[in-house]
Amino acid sequence: MKDLISCEKVSLRQRNIEQGAIMKLNKILKNGFLIILACIALSACATSKKSTGQMQGDVYTGTDTVEYLASGVPDRVFFATNESVLTTASRETLRKQAAWLRKNSKISIVLEGHADERGTREYNLALGERRANAAKDYLMTYGISSDRISVLSYGKERPVDSGSNPLAWSKNRRSVSVKAN
Amino acid sequence: MKNFIIILITVLIPIKSFALIEVDITRGNLNPLPVAVSPLSIDEESRKNFEKILKKKNIGSEISSIVENNLRVSGLFNPLNKDAFLQEPDIANLKPRFEDWNLIKAQALITGKVSYVDQKLRVEFRLWDVLAGKEMMALAFTTVPNNWRRVGHIITDKVYERLTGEKGYFDTRIIYVAEEGPKTQRVKKLAIMDQDGANNKFLTLGNELVLTPRFNPTSQMVTYLSYFRNLPRVYLLDIETGTQEVVGDFPGMTFAPRFSPDGKKIIMSFAKDGNSEIYTMDLENRIVEKITNHPSIDTSPSYSPDGKFISFNSDRSGYQQIYVMKSDGSKVKRISFGKGIYGTPVWSPRGDLIAFTKLHKGKFYIGVMRTDGSGERLLTENYYQEAPSWSPNGRVLIFYRETKTDSKGKGFSAKLWSIDLTGYNERQVTTPTDGSDPSWSSLLSN
Repeated sequence: MKDLISCEKVSLRQRNIEQGAIMKLNKILKNGFLIILACIALSACATSKKSTGQMQGDVYTGTDTVEYLASGVPDRVFFATNESVLTTASRETLRKQAAWLRKNSKISIVLEGHADERGTREYNLALGERRANAAKDYLMTYGISSDRISVLSYGKERPVDSGSNPLAWSKNRRSVSVKAN
Repeated sequence: MKNFIIILITVLIPIKSFALIEVDITRGNLNPLPVAVSPLSIDEESRKNFEKILKKKNIGSEISSIVENNLRVSGLFNPLNKDAFLQEPDIANLKPRFEDWNLIKAQALITGKVSYVDQKLRVEFRLWDVLAGKEMMALAFTTVPNNWRRVGHIITDKVYERLTGEKGYFDTRIIYVAEEGPKTQRVKKLAIMDQDGANNKFLTLGNELVLTPRFNPTSQMVTYLSYFRNLPRVYLLDIETGTQEVVGDFPGMTFAPRFSPDGKKIIMSFAKDGNSEIYTMDLENRIVEKITNHPSIDTSPSYSPDGKFISFNSDRSGYQQIYVMKSDGSKVKRISFGKGIYGTPVWSPRGDLIAFTKLHKGKFYIGVMRTDGSGERLLTENYYQEAPSWSPNGRVLIFYRETKTDSKGKGFSAKLWSIDLTGYNERQVTTPTDGSDPSWSSLLSN
């Protein structure tokens, strides 16, 4: 399996990663090294110049699957494996969504939470719900009323990328804001 | 539904004989018992009648091949090739020439007779111990002709029980989710079939996503998750009448439903504000009780067969692990301590084991452990598999397995598989479409 992984700086907080090529990374970390692992990914990236897919740790940072609610307002945020913590980039995206929602006060949204395929179905339903709620909570702190936000978890039922590799999984771990009206 | 018409059972000869043959089902069976299933004999008039009604040329041979197939698939028996049989079916049923059957190395022999009586199907069968030269069992069944497949399954259950000392699991059905279409837009329908894959029937049309159907252990009711109107809720389905009703209509998502062992309650997860807890609902008075109370994900609950305990998975330790608590939610205790994450605990109908899914180093396992977490045993390893469901006798597990896609995202499939508790006899269970989330019914008759 050729995994498209572009690893940048990896901090020691990445304890939740259990899969695939990342396992190697964990082992190295256990040995006490803090390493820039770009080398692992370089060869893979070089062979697929077209792919804009990128990950930081195992959080997707690319734009392949992203759609826009309005110009400059991305519709989705991505998560690390088994996590529902919002990254800096996710918070920035959600602030843009909040600003857009404040401007368009009649629009309601559904936050659709998703998980990757590497977990049991029921747990993933709960995880998708937790991710969508993480996004909801953040939007609410930026002044969006909970009346305008509903939450729907799809667990692992609706992947955007059907691949069985870490990059595809990273695109699928997401919360998507969908216009409800 | 016609399936539920009562099957009359007559005991033909009330003589208790002592069997010499015995099948040990507690070990992986590397030497399945050689058994001869003689085609059930049938008189010409009955044959013609059944041919007219059932469009089967010889219903006697059809029923015997159901028995033969069941025995083979169980992994415990080796049905011998009929070409080698020396004795005619009708004569064998009267009095087998044991030397002849011994010669082809049969240790057990099944004979029988089918007749058309008062517009009904009457099937008589006998089980013989070839080495001892004795009759072990003789029964007759009378039912409507349409039930002919079930008669084959009931005969297998009787033979299995007589030879292993434990109840069979052949007169049962599997409910599962039939899947079609690309991985990103799967269409899912509830489907039901006989345990051997026959009589497959779709119960929903595929308009909405449906997941995790589970049988009521005491009846032919099913609980499942449906995304009807994009509101994921727990539903109840009566397979006989087709009636569906929502039971988990809370302001959030209800999911992961299962029946209590007495069939009177549904236990499920309710997710709200990013937190999933376990609840029960009494189906009679609709009283809802909250069982867990923890900010982590608590889901996949399953009762012990005596109803006193509940196993579930929770990520309260940081990762998904298996816990057991008393049915009122007290005395929560983690039981999985191996490497990796653990989920989907399902209590065995025998009460002594919990089957689970485990993910470790990128591989998925189906395994069993004792209810205190000791004695973990992994039965099978694969790229992706989960959701074991027990056969009603607690000897076989059915689960589903998904394949990896290639670099172009192609090659995905989801299939049902079964494996014996011993870790042997792993088999794909064939379904017309892809399938997942299987749940095994209890025995339709006893």
